[in-house]
Amino acid sequence: MIHSPYIRKPASVQRVMGTVLLALLPGIAAYVWQFGAGILVNLALASAAAVAIEALAMQLRGRPAAPAVADLSAIVTAWLVVLSLPPIVPWWITLLGVAIAVGAAKHLYGGLGQNPFNPAMVAFCALIVAYPALMSQWPAAGRLDFATQFGLILGGARELDAVTAATALDALRTGMRGGDGVDLVVSQGGAFGAAGGKGWEWVAAGYALGGLFLLATRTITWHLPAAFVAGLALMSGAFWLFDAARHASPLFHLASGGAMLAAFFIVTDPVSGATTPRGKLIFAAGIALIAWIIRSFGAYPDGIAFGVLLMNICVPLIDMKTQPPVFGHRGERP
Amino acid sequence: MIGRLFGFRGGIEPDAHKNESAGAAIRRAPLPGRLEVPLRQSTRATARCIVRPGQKVLKGERIGDPEGVLGTAVHAPTSGTVADVGRYAMAHPSGLETRCVVIEPDGEERWIDHAPFDYRNRSRGDALAWLRDCGIVGLGGATFPAHVKLGRGEGIDTLVLNGAECEPWITCDDRLMRERAADILAGALILRDLIGARELVVGIEDNKPEAIAAMRAAAGAATGVGVVPVPARYPAGGEKQLIRVLTGIEIPYGKLGADYGVQCFNVGTAYAVYRAIVHGEPLISRIVTLTGNVEHPGNWEVLVGTPIDDLLRLAGPRPDTDRYLMGGPMMGFALPRLDVPVVKGSNCIICASPALFPPPMPEQPCIRCGECARACPAELQPFELYWFSRARNFGKAQEYHLFDCIECGCCAYVCPSHIPLVDYYRFAKSEIWARERDKSAADQARERFEFRNFRQEREKEEKAARLAAKAAETHARIAGEPAADAAATPSIQAAADDPKKALIAAALARAQAQKAAVRPRNVDDPSPGTQAEIDAIEARRRRAAAAAEPAPAQTSSPAPETHSRTPTR
Repeated sequence: MIHSPYIRKPASVQRVMGTVLLALLPGIAAYVWQFGAGILVNLALASAAAVAIEALAMQLRGRPAAPAVADLSAIVTAWLVVLSLPPIVPWWITLLGVAIAVGAAKHLYGGLGQNPFNPAMVAFCALIVAYPALMSQWPAAGRLDFATQFGLILGGARELDAVTAATALDALRTGMRGGDGVDLVVSQGGAFGAAGGKGWEWVAAGYALGGLFLLATRTITWHLPAAFVAGLALMSGAFWLFDAARHASPLFHLASGGAMLAAFFIVTDPVSGATTPRGKLIFAAGIALIAWIIRSFGAYPDGIAFGVLLMNICVPLIDMKTQPPVFGHRGERP
Repeated sequence: MIGRLFGFRGGIEPDAHKNESAGAAIRRAPLPGRLEVPLRQSTRATARCIVRPGQKVLKGERIGDPEGVLGTAVHAPTSGTVADVGRYAMAHPSGLETRCVVIEPDGEERWIDHAPFDYRNRSRGDALAWLRDCGIVGLGGATFPAHVKLGRGEGIDTLVLNGAECEPWITCDDRLMRERAADILAGALILRDLIGARELVVGIEDNKPEAIAAMRAAAGAATGVGVVPVPARYPAGGEKQLIRVLTGIEIPYGKLGADYGVQCFNVGTAYAVYRAIVHGEPLISRIVTLTGNVEHPGNWEVLVGTPIDDLLRLAGPRPDTDRYLMGGPMMGFALPRLDVPVVKGSNCIICASPALFPPPMPEQPCIRCGECARACPAELQPFELYWFSRARNFGKAQEYHLFDCIECGCCAYVCPSHIPLVDYYRFAKSEIWARERDKSAADQARERFEFRNFRQEREKEEKAARLAAKAAETHARIAGEPAADAAATPSIQAAADDPKKALIAAALARAQAQKAAVRPRNVDDPSPGTQAEIDAIEARRRRAAAAAEPAPAQTSSPAPETHSRTPTR
């Protein structure tokens, strides 16, 4: 028997996921423009793998595969994995990443909606710990044509030093270790653009544009991106004001690495993130804090993925402690 | 007066579908061939039937007396003959039956004598009793007795008149306000006087400009009356939401508006109050919207008890109609059958077709997107309640304010995963209620058992005390007359000397005491025949007592058995 309400808003998980995929397109376009079309090969590869793994996992769990594949959530995960990996990683790294994300981080916990950790970030962390060398080979902007990238991805000759360059975050770290000030490192290194990494600032702008689209379509709320951006800006800004020679500016932090991708597409994962308004603020600010600490003092150039996983652990507590007051019960807490 | 509006959080804006029926003026539905008037017209109270089959009744004649605090009277909607008094299916999702009075109209529509009630020169209590006897209940759908809501005559600041009508499709209140604004307002002013409020605020959703204009015209320059358009946002017509919007006051679950100095009545109720006070007419009809997949959507003034299939003929459902909803699409329910009567709470019947109300999409996993939390007017976290209800973690669900849920359906409306969220809450609530019932039943059984033990223990103690007294008396007597009558009472004399015989004497005394103790009171004054029987039994008993050892004191041996049986009851 069907009960009220008898009318439904035309909404679906598929529509939500489709909107996210659509919102990723400006960032991907900037990626292709600055770094070549190799990323598209990875995206295609990862999408096919995600669909296959999703279907297989549903089959193994004895559930219909078609609706799960159709909800597009596996493809969103696949794209986020690809966009956080270097664009010229060998094909099997991409497949491994998708397998970890969809197969392990998602389906081992019970499929869509059940995973406590962000699947894409689980995959990223597993890969960067397992294959640190391959995972740090980032191409410089405009250096590689499509054929070379295609060859690298499918396992051709890996003349890496010729084609890769340190990312801005990496260059800054290495330079600072050498005792140079921020200004000197930036003026010497070819990795830097006007705001963040050379070329990467455009990709970051593309992600930000997509993020605004997500906000406009009410797919995400402002809390998570705002708290993440504010957290990163405040933390880096305070230290930058205190000692600009030893600390990069907030603008640099926001335009570099995965900051914009994270702000609008990673920390906004509803399944593994905090859900209450205040909880979202705490969750995203926590990620920003951890990311900044790892960037500034840790062993990895970027720390967002670790920040996400660490804060994922805190989500049940955050949600429990930040339940908003209920209508008519202001001043009480559950 | 109301200076500004307060928002309520959440809410949704579904297609209103008001235009289908809003243009149709109220028409009087023709007299049906047969009326089934349920005796249960107010919340949790069934009126006591005072008519017999075959009896003639007049229009407006009382057929059911109010019973209990929440009871209201029920009246014959037209003149005719009582054909039957019995259980018939009512308009309820489960097809529940209720006691109904079936009336065959004689077509004459002959009224009882009815006269206005001069509430200004009568006591408040009289006025409330009058409303109860006129069968006035809330016509917004919940059918809460008006006299109970009016019960508190002090501490009420504001009377809110609910003309929001926020559910899609329904237009009965809209039409009533457009056509009978003056009468509604007169009724509302009576309500205001009766409840002792200073001001009257009429809240109407801003998608009903004609109703707003009509009510404003009716209000004219009356002091302390405001007609306020409120944003059309479902569920703006929820009592607590409307009060919040108009006054800023938030009434939590389990509290009444009266606790916060504000009380709310539906416009239809105000109209019924006007009819009852000014014309002395009991509540026997209401406005019902017939709409949806029909040829002629409209609003009809319908006698309570009119069978719904008779009524539907007036609108002409199209052939592809597959369901009939009573109430709106957000909170209404599908009628399991159509041979059920209109009741005082029936505001709308929607003929549903697959095109108008598509079947729900298959349920997908919850992705915790939080859309439901943003739509919830009670500001709950519906997805958390969903997880807890699903996991049968009812304690946690209650901690997260499950019972603050008003089942408005906003969460299910917006859910991208198409989860029937409200059904999960209904399930959780019913499970909790069932457990409460089980628990109180078990508590009662345990109390009964404990009291039984206590009683047996007390009886045993009383018996011991009596025995001791008796023994002491015997000893005293023996001690008092040892020599004087030694020969006459050799056994007792011997008993005094011999411990073994003393025991026997004590046993005899105990047996006697026991006999006195078990002697039932209802044979205090028996008839001679019974007395003879009793004597025979007593004689047998004495023989048996003499033959056997003294009867042991009654033990509590049945107790364990009782104990094992009790909890399963």
